Amino acid sequence: MTVKNVACEINVALNGRTLEASIIGDWVLDAQIPSLDIVLAQIGDGSTINRLVFSTEELGRWDSMLMTELIRLIDYGAKQGVQVDITTLPEGIHGLLDLVYAVPERVGARREEVKAPWLEVIGKAGLRTVKDSNALITFVGEITQSIIALIRGRARFRGVDLWRNIQDCGPSALPIVTLISLLVGLILAFVGAIQLALFGAQIYIADLVGLGMTREMGGLMAAIIMSGRTGAAYAAQLGTMQVNSEIDALKTMGFEPMEFLVLPRILALILIMPLLCLYADLMGIVGGSLVTVGFFDVSLLEYFKRTADAVHLKDLTIGVVKCAIFGVLIALSGCMRGMQCGRSASAVGEAATSAVVTGIVFIVIADSLMTVICNRLGV
Amino acid sequence: MATPCISVRNMTMAYGDFIIQRDLDFTISRGDIFIIMGGSGCGKSTLLMHMIGLQSPAKGDVLYGEESLWHADHKMRQRILKQTGVLFQSGALLSSMTLAENIALPIAEHTLLGSQRIREIVSYKLALVGLAGFEDYYPSEISGGMQKRAGLARAMAMDPEILFFDEPSAGLDPISAKLLDDLIRSLRDNLGATVVMVTHELASIFAIGTNSVFLDPETKTMIASGPPQKLLVESRDPKVIRFLTRGETENQEENKTKDQDICDL
Repeated sequence: MTVKNVACEINVALNGRTLEASIIGDWVLDAQIPSLDIVLAQIGDGSTINRLVFSTEELGRWDSMLMTELIRLIDYGAKQGVQVDITTLPEGIHGLLDLVYAVPERVGARREEVKAPWLEVIGKAGLRTVKDSNALITFVGEITQSIIALIRGRARFRGVDLWRNIQDCGPSALPIVTLISLLVGLILAFVGAIQLALFGAQIYIADLVGLGMTREMGGLMAAIIMSGRTGAAYAAQLGTMQVNSEIDALKTMGFEPMEFLVLPRILALILIMPLLCLYADLMGIVGGSLVTVGFFDVSLLEYFKRTADAVHLKDLTIGVVKCAIFGVLIALSGCMRGMQCGRSASAVGEAATSAVVTGIVFIVIADSLMTVICNRLGV
Repeated sequence: MATPCISVRNMTMAYGDFIIQRDLDFTISRGDIFIIMGGSGCGKSTLLMHMIGLQSPAKGDVLYGEESLWHADHKMRQRILKQTGVLFQSGALLSSMTLAENIALPIAEHTLLGSQRIREIVSYKLALVGLAGFEDYYPSEISGGMQKRAGLARAMAMDPEILFFDEPSAGLDPISAKLLDDLIRSLRDNLGATVVMVTHELASIFAIGTNSVFLDPETKTMIASGPPQKLLVESRDPKVIRFLTRGETENQEENKTKDQDICDL
């Protein structure tokens, strides 16, 4: 059932130096309300009138719409030095207005948007960068300390946590790694095949895919998947623990969060990443073989023979070592963002986001550096 | 004079340049149920964080007996804090572990007991807080009040001499809050522990508090200390009185003047 609103009106009548505003109709949120400009104009600068009264005999239903308009009138009147008489308003409105004006606005509480000059913005960004890099160096230092403690056999964490983390970032990640690596191998094969088929050299697709996957793409793809999957999870887990004071609780019980929480996570990734890399390499080569054997008249045996000839242990090793380093970087960025997390739900989201962003940036920078180094060394 | 257990000496707490409380100076005696009270945002919980070694003071120190907490090295501080147990506002149980694992954590860490013995101690601690049989539940599977009690069981795991509580009854219904108060008092009586409690629940303050300190957010320092009952009777500070009576004396006075106005008319 819908009730049709009675049209709203506000009429003003000047009575000596008293302005009487009659409010008529249903002043509700979905109503078309008249502009208050005529009343404000009548009040003017407060020189012709000194009192504003309301008459509400014909007022129907009302809600926050009427209240906000009244508050606007009262504030304007008060500013122009006009006495606003609210006693004639219905009791409900009167009571609500009393509540609104019971606690005066706290001076300085309202926040105003300050537009910072561009120099300040740049300066602040610079300071933030310095602070961030300090935090990173501190974190790396703390990690190193706990790894030293681990080597000396003094690090304290639960073995079950390590196994659980290995389970999470190893076997559980296999399906997605399979899918992505297979497709990347497939794509590499297609891209190369179009060029190589021009010379009738389809067999060299095996070289392209084999070397491409083992030296570069296998590790890189595994790292990017794990950064989105595990790096973000680490940041979110640790961030939530921060929000729930779980990390504080650990500290008060005499545990080092770095050893107890961060170390098993980093170890799990360092142990698992090389294996994932090998698996991704294999899947990529299989993906390449599907294309080559399926579309380019090369037998499966030939393809794998060619791959075995082309790919040397050196290439595999480079890929695996790279991937282990990516593992450290992913775990580092994930755990660091998690431990730095603020104490709110949105901070956890930001931690997860920036863990992935930091992780991928680190991975790509490290990969470029290592590729250049390998190239200069001729390996 | 009771033996001092914890003394806060001339301490100033700050986040960077922003001072939260300054010149805090009070002593907690052994066996006290010591209340840290004050309005929201006055730095009660922050004070607690300073006392349990999670935040370092800008100035001053916390003494456990004669030993300084903040001038000690890391190892020493760990040793001092070993005699304390903390119940955080949210319970702060590790969500990836069952209640039993949570409580066993500090025991396994700091003692050489076998797993069967630890299991027995865990069951005993859970029974103490009325959670017998909940060993293998995860924190997310039990209610907020139960999480708090489980947190209390974990805080007591190592039989600490000093128990810290951060707003233990916040978010509990009045009956659970009362039961928790009774539990805290009987633990103090039976275990001989000292209790330091941050709270603004008046009912708890008067029911179990034996000593207290009142922090004021405006002047940024402590403006009263002593047993809560005594403060209520003797304090001359309107802010303290207003807090301890929920501002009702003031209303009574207002009502009186209103009545008089009506009479005058």
